[in-house]
Amino acid sequence: MSQPKKGQAVSWLIRSLRITNMRVVSQFFFFSLFIFLLWVTWFSRLGGYPVSLFLELDPLVGIATAISTHTVYRWLWRGLLLLIATLLLGRFFCGWICPYGTLHQFVGWLFNIRRHRDNIDKNRYKPIFSFKYYGLMIFLVLAAFGSLQIGLLDPICLLTRSIAVAVAPGIDAALPPSMSFLSSSPGAGELRIFSGAWFVGLMLVALVGMNLVIPRFFCRVLCPLGALLGVLSRFSLWRIDRDLTKCTDCDLCLRRCEGASDPQAALRKSECFACFNCLDDCPEDALAFRLAPVSLKDRIVGSIKDGTAKLFGRKLISQRLDSEIAAPDMPRRRWFLAGIAGVFAFPFLRLSKAVNKRGFNEKAIRPPGTVEESEFLERCIKCDQCINVCPTNVLQPSTLAEGGLEGLWTPVMDFSVGFCQLNCTLCSEVCPTGAIQKISIEKKLGVGKHKQQGPIRLGTAFFNRGRCLPWAMETPCVVCEEVCPTTPKAIGSYKATVKRWDGKEVQLERPYMRPELCIGCGICEHECPVIDDAAVYVTAIGETRSRDRTLLLGSKKQSS
Amino acid sequence: MAKKPISGEHAPGVEHGDPTLQRLRRRTFIKQAAVIGGASAVAGWAALAPADWPLSLRDPDGERGKPREPLVRLPQGGFAVPPKPGAAALGIARGQQIDKMVRSAVDSIGGIGHYIRSGDVVVLKPNVAFERPAILGATTNPEVLTSLIRLVKEAGAREVRVVDNPIESPQSCFRKSGIERAAVEAGARVYLPSPGEFATLQVPGAKHIARWPFFWRPFADADKVIGVAPVKDHNLCRASMTTKNWYGLLGGRRNQFHQDIHGIITDLALMLKPTFVVLDASRVLFRSGPTGGSLADVRPGHCIAAATDSLALDAFGWDELLRRQDKPKPGYFEQAAAKKLGEPRWRSLSRKDVNIG
Repeated sequence: MSQPKKGQAVSWLIRSLRITNMRVVSQFFFFSLFIFLLWVTWFSRLGGYPVSLFLELDPLVGIATAISTHTVYRWLWRGLLLLIATLLLGRFFCGWICPYGTLHQFVGWLFNIRRHRDNIDKNRYKPIFSFKYYGLMIFLVLAAFGSLQIGLLDPICLLTRSIAVAVAPGIDAALPPSMSFLSSSPGAGELRIFSGAWFVGLMLVALVGMNLVIPRFFCRVLCPLGALLGVLSRFSLWRIDRDLTKCTDCDLCLRRCEGASDPQAALRKSECFACFNCLDDCPEDALAFRLAPVSLKDRIVGSIKDGTAKLFGRKLISQRLDSEIAAPDMPRRRWFLAGIAGVFAFPFLRLSKAVNKRGFNEKAIRPPGTVEESEFLERCIKCDQCINVCPTNVLQPSTLAEGGLEGLWTPVMDFSVGFCQLNCTLCSEVCPTGAIQKISIEKKLGVGKHKQQGPIRLGTAFFNRGRCLPWAMETPCVVCEEVCPTTPKAIGSYKATVKRWDGKEVQLERPYMRPELCIGCGICEHECPVIDDAAVYVTAIGETRSRDRTLLLGSKKQSS
Repeated sequence: MAKKPISGEHAPGVEHGDPTLQRLRRRTFIKQAAVIGGASAVAGWAALAPADWPLSLRDPDGERGKPREPLVRLPQGGFAVPPKPGAAALGIARGQQIDKMVRSAVDSIGGIGHYIRSGDVVVLKPNVAFERPAILGATTNPEVLTSLIRLVKEAGAREVRVVDNPIESPQSCFRKSGIERAAVEAGARVYLPSPGEFATLQVPGAKHIARWPFFWRPFADADKVIGVAPVKDHNLCRASMTTKNWYGLLGGRRNQFHQDIHGIITDLALMLKPTFVVLDASRVLFRSGPTGGSLADVRPGHCIAAATDSLALDAFGWDELLRRQDKPKPGYFEQAAAKKLGEPRWRSLSRKDVNIG
């Protein structure tokens, strides 16, 4: 009891100031920030927050849209920040910031019941981890052709979509009324609907669940953003460096290695998340995160066989002499192969009628401010922030039916669920890529200085007289005329006095459409009492974003 | 003979005759049999015991498994208070100073103190149907609402609730119409509709809405109800004023109402007997109703009126504010009058006109 042990003299506070603990704090902070920004993406909570910040910081979004559109929209320059940081520090984003990565790491940690020895095996690099580079190449080639598909797998898009379309509405449904202020859509009136939510949710559950089979499965195998950052990190100035005179080749650094970057041998720079668990776990203190470390293999003097090898005068211990593999595990020919696959993928996708210039899906009704369909497919990253913010729930993730695989999860309007509210442009505010361009209310309504251009039309409403109550069943109705928001109303009615089958005379107002006034907002379809297959319904024809899809002679395309 | 060690109950090679082993086996058997027997008995009871026995789940014809909808009723006689002797039936204030006009109109029908007691919970029902700025006349003027809330609070109301179930998305409607802000700043509480807030209301004698989803939560412990509606043209029922205003308290398939809109408005008059109603003609939406959308559809009405009889007040609005007295009145006046729900011949009633200027 005479002398305290070395460790006890240091306070718990100092001892907790480890870089891995800093990393956990960083992950917690960014994950919370991500959730917070999605939570405030709602009519009553918007207040100047950069709600799509993570999407804008994502350099894959910036680079891929720059390839597809040759422009960098609004806030997408923010991706540069991460790009530069990656060139300095490597893929630290994956270990310190990425909210999806945090989710994977947390779940993997919580449900990890493997023995140390098995963990070490699970965290060795495997050839399948190069799969993500093929994906990245295919996505970038597709972008060059004008089909932006990164959103299918980009982690920020994927998590934003999963939360907006599946997780948040699921939590809303479970909240008791007394806690509805926490809901993602307070004051929405009804619980929101999202078509195809099952698949988005299933994808989230399956990908997160894969952590039990392969730790960080998504990050190591699939993530196209991780792949991009991995390619960039070959130039990074800092990396994990192993001291060959201390390392005993015990492999304990692999026990909690998140990226499977082989710190026990030649470090794979492209795979390292800079999580620093290896620094914690090394019993010999042989690992460090160093600026511009160099390979010291050829500085070894003496014989390794005899055990007399020395490095700068110190005895060499490790038998693994290589210190880094800078580039991803992708020979040039493989990149080429992936590129060819991308070249083929483009026609495979674009031959679908739904997204082809000659094809035209009448139910692919896009939100106001959306650019023309072919440009839209260059820009939309399927993040579904527009769907998240939509106050009437009219915006729905497209299923395979409306847009094929290429248009999957892009926003389309379903007027059986909601309608496009007249004085609302929220979807255009939150769109990070300009697929829906930021527009003002004046522009949407075609008033003020936009009077010449006229209002933005999303489509045109049609009557199905065979199902319309006053037309087909001699029953008064005209809800459609009542709710039509244009002035003068785009729906008018003919007065008629009709003798019914039972001899009763009824006064009817039979609605008709004035197509030049209709803006395609769909409130008539939404409020029509023939709810299963509305007697008045909107289709995309007549939308002002396209010249090919006009209906009336003399109608103009709205430049957006 | 040396005793053989027992290495386990199922250890191979252990002699069956060993008494210790047999005891252990018996004990295990009894335990397991008790679990099986107990579980079977509980399951059997739940499934087979007659339905009225405790813990029985038995449902031989499927009736017991059907959901039971909670039914609610508004208080007998509604929220009306007996009229004040000597007070006018119609209080009509003309001018441009909203606050004074509201006070004057209410004073004319007996004063707020007659209607609101100290400690009352008061529900105010403005028309917030559409997400339009108030200036377009499609919704209640927020200034009128503010004055009314202040008035009610001065009379000692414990809580003032502002309630509507709009056609368009509720939060946007409350926000853009300015009603939310007016209500919150004047110290009232806003109730937005959500599925949990509704209950099925029984309206005995109603033609269509004898049982209909009703925005119940704010009404559950309410003492008084005041309607405050703008004067609007309406494409189908030709006018929307204080009686049609109650439409915004209902949920469910409201878009069926248009098949007999006057029958429905008559039902609404039957459903809710308010403490009093206020007709807000600070702006009159005289065409393109009920939505409007252009300033050209709106003209100033320079009038705010109050009454306990919403039918009389609507009739006054039709004649004098929409200026349609030479046209036949919308059908609901006749239907509601036939049911003695009000007096559309407003000129026969006592009135008090005040000109505020």
